[in-house]
Amino acid sequence: MNDSLLTAVLVAVGVLVAIGLLCALILVIAAKFFAVKVDEKELKIRACFPGANCGACGFTGCDGYAKALAGDPTLPANLCVPGGESTAKQLGEVLGVSVDAAARQVAYVHCNGTCANTEEKYDYKGIPTCAGAKLFYGGDGACTTGCLGYGDCAKVCPSAAIFNNNGVACVDPAKCTGCGLCAKACPNLVIRLIPADAGTVVTCNNKEKGAIATKQCRNSCIGCKKCELHCHNGAIKVVENYAHIDYTKCDGCHECEGLCPRHTIKHVDFKQAQ
Amino acid sequence: MDTLKALLVILMSSVLVNNYVLNKFLGICPFLGVSKKLDQAAGMGTAVTFVMLVATAVTWPIQTFVLDKLGLGYLQTIVFILVIATLVQFVEIILKKYIPALHKSLGVYLPLITTNCAVLGVTINNIKDGYNFLEAMVSSLGCGLGFLLAMVLFAGVRSRLDSANIPESFKGLPVTLAAASIVSMSFMGFAGVVDKLFA
Repeated sequence: MNDSLLTAVLVAVGVLVAIGLLCALILVIAAKFFAVKVDEKELKIRACFPGANCGACGFTGCDGYAKALAGDPTLPANLCVPGGESTAKQLGEVLGVSVDAAARQVAYVHCNGTCANTEEKYDYKGIPTCAGAKLFYGGDGACTTGCLGYGDCAKVCPSAAIFNNNGVACVDPAKCTGCGLCAKACPNLVIRLIPADAGTVVTCNNKEKGAIATKQCRNSCIGCKKCELHCHNGAIKVVENYAHIDYTKCDGCHECEGLCPRHTIKHVDFKQAQ
Repeated sequence: MDTLKALLVILMSSVLVNNYVLNKFLGICPFLGVSKKLDQAAGMGTAVTFVMLVATAVTWPIQTFVLDKLGLGYLQTIVFILVIATLVQFVEIILKKYIPALHKSLGVYLPLITTNCAVLGVTINNIKDGYNFLEAMVSSLGCGLGFLLAMVLFAGVRSRLDSANIPESFKGLPVTLAAASIVSMSFMGFAGVVDKLFA
């Protein structure tokens, strides 16, 4: 009786062990024969990147850029915007060349049409996205080129840097990596990338002429060209009825800020925020 | 002709009537987890179908020619888990070597399938229902297609949920579960249809 019980247990254990061993053997053989050679350089390069997979470099994610860099050493190695200086430094060590970091940029919402500054044109009850609202007469705000406030930008932001500040999207410069995904998502192109060392911004995107712009928003640029005429570097140009700052020319004198009759040009300090 | 009809009944009943996700509530984890986007849902569904087929092709002979012969039917669960886990790993290695594009698009889903109870459920139920090898394979195909169908349907439902105006407390998982139960109820309509379909 005991013997047959013992045999039954032994057979069960034996079969299980045999199947387990067989499976292990198959996997070992498969791992040996079908092993894929991974380029070590590619792995090292990949390890340098922050892994945000934002696509700011123009390749399909960090893996794509690492592969391209490993295969083609002539490729510029400073395309990673979110990685900034630390990535550039690590990359330089791996590739054996000195890599200048891409100039850090931050996304900025060029609109200050908060609930206090502008009115709603109608009560929008459709799909709660900016793209959806934009389809109905250019959006529910009085200004058709300002921030719509439904957060399409916040949805695509990989670092959760965008929040809604009283009806207008606001980018936290400390969290922003400058990948530019929000700028692509905004149907009104209100969000644009500007250098992180910029000190002055135009907080309006209104393309209407002065009289209409004044009615639409208390913060609007009316295109009076006061700033353009005053700027001694020629950095400000009024195009499409609102001021644009060319940051390659701006020397950060901040004089235009006090000059603006609408207080649309504002002082910012992204460095302090970090 | 009769065999063909029997196979068709097995296929249709496993796709619609005995849908693994919506009727037997197996494989709920990927059903809720990977159904946010249509392409991902379809990828996962295809991968599960493939693994179900291969798993049945391996486990059916093991049950019939090894376990039953030795009177070790009670080892079914543990042996099947062992074999399926190995199998998925093996498939992953092969895919990585020969079809890297497919391997990349399947991504994390393949290892996920290793522990998918729907796959284990299909293989065990095939034995329990006393299917022969061909019937078991057809049944696995049907179950896989049923899983794919459920995933794709639910991905469509979820994309509509995204743009719906949902009460704050229902947002996220609660409304997803409620939607899943409604989709599941709609599949109850298929009960009893299949037997008459090929009569």
